[in-house]
Order: sequence, then C-alpha cells, then structure tokens
Amino acid sequence: MSENPSAPGTPGAADRADASPVPPAPARLRMTGAGRVLVAVYGILALAATGRSVFQIIDHFSAAPVAFTLSAFSALVYVVATIALIAPGRAWYRVAWTTISIELAGVLVIGTLSTFAPAAIGMDAIDPFGRDSTVWSAYGAGYLFIPLVLPVLGMLWLARHRPSALDAAVPADTAGA
Amino acid sequence: MIEWFTGVQVVVAVVAGLLCLVVGFIGRPPNDLTLGSIALVELLLVAQLVVTIVAPIVGNEPSGSLAEFYIYLISALLLPVAGGFWALIERSRWSTVVLGVVGLAIAVMTYRMGQIWFVQGTP
Repeated sequence: MSENPSAPGTPGAADRADASPVPPAPARLRMTGAGRVLVAVYGILALAATGRSVFQIIDHFSAAPVAFTLSAFSALVYVVATIALIAPGRAWYRVAWTTISIELAGVLVIGTLSTFAPAAIGMDAIDPFGRDSTVWSAYGAGYLFIPLVLPVLGMLWLARHRPSALDAAVPADTAGA
Repeated sequence: MIEWFTGVQVVVAVVAGLLCLVVGFIGRPPNDLTLGSIALVELLLVAQLVVTIVAPIVGNEPSGSLAEFYIYLISALLLPVAGGFWALIERSRWSTVVLGVVGLAIAVMTYRMGQIWFVQGTP
C-alpha cells in the first residue's frame, strides 16, 4: 500500500530494499517482501494438508488411523507455522522455529517410514498419491517435494530475519527451539 | 466434469502462473495483466463449479469421490481471492510472485480434480 517500486519518480528505496534480505521498513511484521511468498506457499500447503486430512477423517478414518492422525497433525503444524510466520514478536518467532523444526523432522521421519516401512504407520503401499498418504509421505513426493524444501527455506529465512534488534534481547536462543 | 474444459483450465492456470512469476521476478507490482490472468483462472473455476453441480444431474458421474473433489474445488476457488486481495494490499513485486504461485497451485489442484473425476476408482 505504501510502496510502489514501479513509480519512476520515487527514489527506488523499495527496490533496493527488496534486493537485500532486510525488510524495507522497521516493520513489526516479519513478513514483508520476499517473505510474503514463503507465507503464501505455507498457506497453500496448510490449506492442502487441512483439506486432505478433513476428507480422510470424515470419509475413511478407519482405513489407516495412524496415517490419518499424522495427516491431521501435519495440517495443524502447517497452520500454526503459517500464523507464526505472519505474527510479530519474539514469542511467535520461537513458535515459527518450533513448528518448522517439527515439519523438517516430520517429513524426514515419515518420509523414511513411509518409503521403507509403510506398515509401521498403518499404510499398505508407498504410493504418495494414494488415499492414505499424508503431506509427508515419501518425503512429500505427492506435493512436488515442497514439504521437504519448505522447512529448509523457512529456517534460512528465520535465521536471516530475527526479531528487530530493538526487541531482541536474547537473539542467541533461536537454535533452542 | 468435462475433459477438454479441464484440460483448458490446467493450461490457462499454468500460463497465468508462469506469466505472473516472470513479471514478478522482473520486479513489477501486480498490474492489470497479471491480476487479469488470475481473474480469468478464477472465472474458469466458477464455470467448473457450475459444471460440477450440473454434471451428476445429467448422468456425468465422477469415478472417484465427489466429496474429495469438492474439497479441492472450493480450496482452489479461495486461492485467487486471497492472492488478489494480497496483491491489492501490498503493491510489491512479491505480490506478483504470490499470484504466480497461486496460478501454479491451481493448475496442480485442477489436474488432481481431473484424476479424481476420471481416473480414481471407488475403493
């Protein structure tokens, strides 16, 4: 609303800020500029995971209860992560680290289990597009491996965008989440 | 669901998505062209909704689950609205990139909808 990089008359401050990893303004919101794309992809994945798990649970929950519980859990994690990425403040920053760490662990653990031992989570096949798959099955192959790449991008983004120095009294504890 | 219409829809969504990504990475904020292309995608989705409501009545039944189909369709219908509002609120190049992501996501979802209707059997 405030910035218009295309207007030729403006000093182009927004353009320069866009190119650097630092948000253009000392905004309280973390998610400006390129971070918005990250939030958008997170939001879409949250929507996809929620839609899928709601359908699985109301339609055929008894077919693979463990996998579908995981599916619902992953959906919840993506929803919380999306909110945490948008919301300002250090508390939400920690929540973002926590949820994104859970995502990375989830996609690695569930990806490995679903690929090499599908029976362990109550699935009969590895099919990443199958009716009993989750966003994390087969390392997210059914979602173009976005669930595998996204937490890494999210962590890089969070590491480069700590809460502003003004309110970051303890910036060193980010790895603790 | 009509097979050729779904095909057109996937192609339009891919083209609109790529267009918005390119325009966004060039550094342009959302403009009439990019917002218009996503609006076209949304319009086709509304048409798809009408087709989906009418099709089972005239004997065009999905091979897979109609409920799953509707979850995809309704989610897809929401995306351009969310992306469009975003594009109007924050006028930066990244909003155009977001529109591109929305277009590509809808292409994938429409493809999945086609699979549910034509390929997926009932277990």
